[in-house]
Amino acid sequence: MTLLQLKAVGHVYLGRPVLEQVTLQVSQGEMVALVGPSGCGKSTLAQIAAGLIIPRHGQVERGYARCAFVFQEPRLLPWATLEANVALGLSGLPVARSERRTRIAAACDRVSLEESDWQKFPSQLSGGMRQRTALARALVADPDFLYFDEPFTALDAALRRRMQDLVVVTASDSGKGGLFITHDMHEALRICHRIAVLDRYGHGILDCVSVPETPGHRSEEMIFETARKLISDHPLFAVVEEHDERRLA
Amino acid sequence: MGRAYRAGRVARFLWSGWAGFSGLAVFAAVWQLGAEAYGSFVLPAPAETIQTLFKLAADPDNRMLVLSTSLRALAGFSLAAVFGTMAGVVAGYHPAIMRLARPQVTLLIGVPPIAWIVLLMIWFGMGAGTVIATAAIAALPLVFVGAAEGIQTRDRGLEEMARMAGLSWLARLFQISLRQMLHAVFPALVMALGTAFKAAVMAELLANAGGIGGALANARSALDVEAALAWILLSVIALISVEYGIVQPLRAEAEAWREAAQPWGVRR
Repeated sequence: MTLLQLKAVGHVYLGRPVLEQVTLQVSQGEMVALVGPSGCGKSTLAQIAAGLIIPRHGQVERGYARCAFVFQEPRLLPWATLEANVALGLSGLPVARSERRTRIAAACDRVSLEESDWQKFPSQLSGGMRQRTALARALVADPDFLYFDEPFTALDAALRRRMQDLVVVTASDSGKGGLFITHDMHEALRICHRIAVLDRYGHGILDCVSVPETPGHRSEEMIFETARKLISDHPLFAVVEEHDERRLA
Repeated sequence: MGRAYRAGRVARFLWSGWAGFSGLAVFAAVWQLGAEAYGSFVLPAPAETIQTLFKLAADPDNRMLVLSTSLRALAGFSLAAVFGTMAGVVAGYHPAIMRLARPQVTLLIGVPPIAWIVLLMIWFGMGAGTVIATAAIAALPLVFVGAAEGIQTRDRGLEEMARMAGLSWLARLFQISLRQMLHAVFPALVMALGTAFKAAVMAELLANAGGIGGALANARSALDVEAALAWILLSVIALISVEYGIVQPLRAEAEAWREAAQPWGVRR
């Protein structure tokens, strides 16, 4: 079953095309990584797919019932406690008060947020706890599709690894569909089933590679070796490591 | 946030009052120096003024005058808070409306309150209506600018997040945008409250509408500087009571997270 289908999607910012003819399909139980150099339009594409931006061209077909978005920054309400921030993910759902608490507890438990921290404000939490709260907010409503827009870029290596494992356990291995934006090949190989490469200028998906084995069962050696091979041997993946930000004006 | 947290917050506020009292003590010392230099006819000493203040406050009629001025100022402030916030939110969301509204705000700020009092005396007569309208007109631009600024500078990323979390546009307005606006509105409300009190006393004095302004007019005709200063102190006490009795507790409740974000040394 296809949960997300982008058909020849294109978008224009300030009269300049940033995405053209992007076609992509994500099936149920599949986490697809979208990689590409900085400024190639990955985040714009994710926002178009999620419905935050209306595309100028093309069609977006969503086959999922409910989705959640984990942004690059945690985007927590600074005036709300950790518990209230997680509860925000249940907005618009007819959930009884007692069940509400149970679901919040379950979501916090999945991302290892202890109950003693639930009444803290975001300013009282560490960077990792904030991002875990954002992940709990996304998971609390049990969405069938998840969008991740470079959610762990600002975290240090150890915390990043821990968060990646959390995503594997809570999303990639649980039959949900998802689109994971990243420019880190190792992250993509660790979390996703397929890796799509977006053109440097946003002119479509250049290639889509299936990663052997399932996320969570790949060894570190396999991840590092595959990343090395893809970047050195595969000309399309070489662009992922480029850092020249494309200028809009 | 439980009762213990709120009690702790009130206790911390009261404790921090010592710093305020020491500031007032310095002011009183300077006042005393002035009184000794110029004599009690020009500037009565603080102790004499406070004695007069207690005498005035002991009279129920005078307490009614203070209450009357406070209620008028509060009514004007409330009107300004409601209409200023509503107009500010609309202007904050729509840059075109903001561009149209800016000149009106400049006009309202630029026209001196005395001119409004003259016009309002003609329109509403010499009663409470003039005083309330003067206070409202003087306070409205401050609230408008605060609300518009709060909406314009809101974090749009939070709205996108709320949209993805499934909040309706009405829920996003009340739970996200208006909450973000508070950081700019509360300082504006504090300024507007002070302005409303000043404008109300001035309007009462010029329109002969009773209240503290009327009592000040009487003290002026009797050349009673001591009573005039005591009435000024009473109006300041009334303003402080409203600010720290209503506005600041509301702010503390709505912005409790800011206190949590402050480092320990700043909080205590």
